[in-house]
Amino acid sequence: MERRGFSRREFMKLAGLGGVVIVSGSMPGSATAAAGTDFYFVQLSDCHWGFEGAAVNPDARGTLKKAVAAVNGMSRQPDFVMFTGDLTHTTDDPKERRQRLTEFREIVSALNVKQVRFMPGEHDASLDNGKAFKEFFGETHYTFDHKGVHFIVVDNVSDPTAAIGDEQLEWLRADLDKQPKDARIVVFTHRPLFDLYPQWDWATRDGARAIALLQTHDNVTVFYGHIHQEHHFMTGNIAHHSAKSLIFALPVAASQPKRLPIPWDANAPYKGLGYREIEAEAAPVKYAITELPVA
Amino acid sequence: MQVSRRFLLRAAVAAGVLAATGPFVALAQAKPRIIKMTARKFTYEPAQVTLKLNQPVVFQLTTADVVMGFSVPDFAVRGTIIPGQVTEVPMTPTKVGEFTFLCDVFCGSGHENMEGTLRVVA
Repeated sequence: MERRGFSRREFMKLAGLGGVVIVSGSMPGSATAAAGTDFYFVQLSDCHWGFEGAAVNPDARGTLKKAVAAVNGMSRQPDFVMFTGDLTHTTDDPKERRQRLTEFREIVSALNVKQVRFMPGEHDASLDNGKAFKEFFGETHYTFDHKGVHFIVVDNVSDPTAAIGDEQLEWLRADLDKQPKDARIVVFTHRPLFDLYPQWDWATRDGARAIALLQTHDNVTVFYGHIHQEHHFMTGNIAHHSAKSLIFALPVAASQPKRLPIPWDANAPYKGLGYREIEAEAAPVKYAITELPVA
Repeated sequence: MQVSRRFLLRAAVAAGVLAATGPFVALAQAKPRIIKMTARKFTYEPAQVTLKLNQPVVFQLTTADVVMGFSVPDFAVRGTIIPGQVTEVPMTPTKVGEFTFLCDVFCGSGHENMEGTLRVVA
């Protein structure tokens, strides 16, 4: 109960700054058999370390550090932090890619939270099939369990065609086969698994196959990045929530002809940027999302 | 006489079928317009193409450097362009308007701006 009280206070404090709570729940009437306790974690996404462009972020080398400081300043620390890809901005130079990954790793090592997990975005992994990412952070797809929730990290970026691929889909199917139908499952991925807006490359080529596999379970929620803004969407009983970026915001899909970053607003610095805390509740299964500003 | 009637009957049916499908056969046999296009980091040449409504086309795609994609989501067509090969992507524009085509194979630091426009006119 203490955790719930804290969350409300935190939300009240942030409400004036634009914090929003979205609750993503299980299927109506679903009474999960999964054991577990409430906890919360933090999602950070699309840091693009190495990006330069004063028109969209004159503090490109400071924003990630501010986010790290903000997480460290949370009155109660999350159980873990998850980075959902595009840790670095792409470069055609493999040496420079590793330099950016080195700097990124050094900056986030200042997080007080001991459990920090990573996955790649296409900027990190698509030009070398994830080779450099793996040298720094290990596998690009994996699972872990935490307090009754089964987490699955799906890699839809190491293949430059934005496909998950047969092999990984088979791995996903085999993993899901081992989970009870009402297991609490959270998927982390970088690109949207559904066709959000393929005209701007906001899709996963074989994402529908992953969704079909996930749909066999009752309590699946997906958190992803890539589109540099909040977006909430349902495919069947699966909720998909995209996160804001820590470098620049992108416009709403189809709201303008081209997918160009939203210019920096000197009157509202860091507007559109941010990270989120996600409170995972066991009974009933739900995820309360609070969007937090960088500064 | 029996054979002759059957023959006449078959001939009549065949003629009817031909009359019914004639225009479609003719359409299918119409040669599609060929549009040659070259992809290179991070542009297409040409990047603007005007098409006629319902006129079939075949994009003949080559790449000057790395593997690229050519995707037209509004018409659900795409192809992968391999260096040294010609990739053919057939398409029939069935609606009027301006539609984006883009590279859907991550190809480098300018990939996200690699796109062009198809203008379909009546």
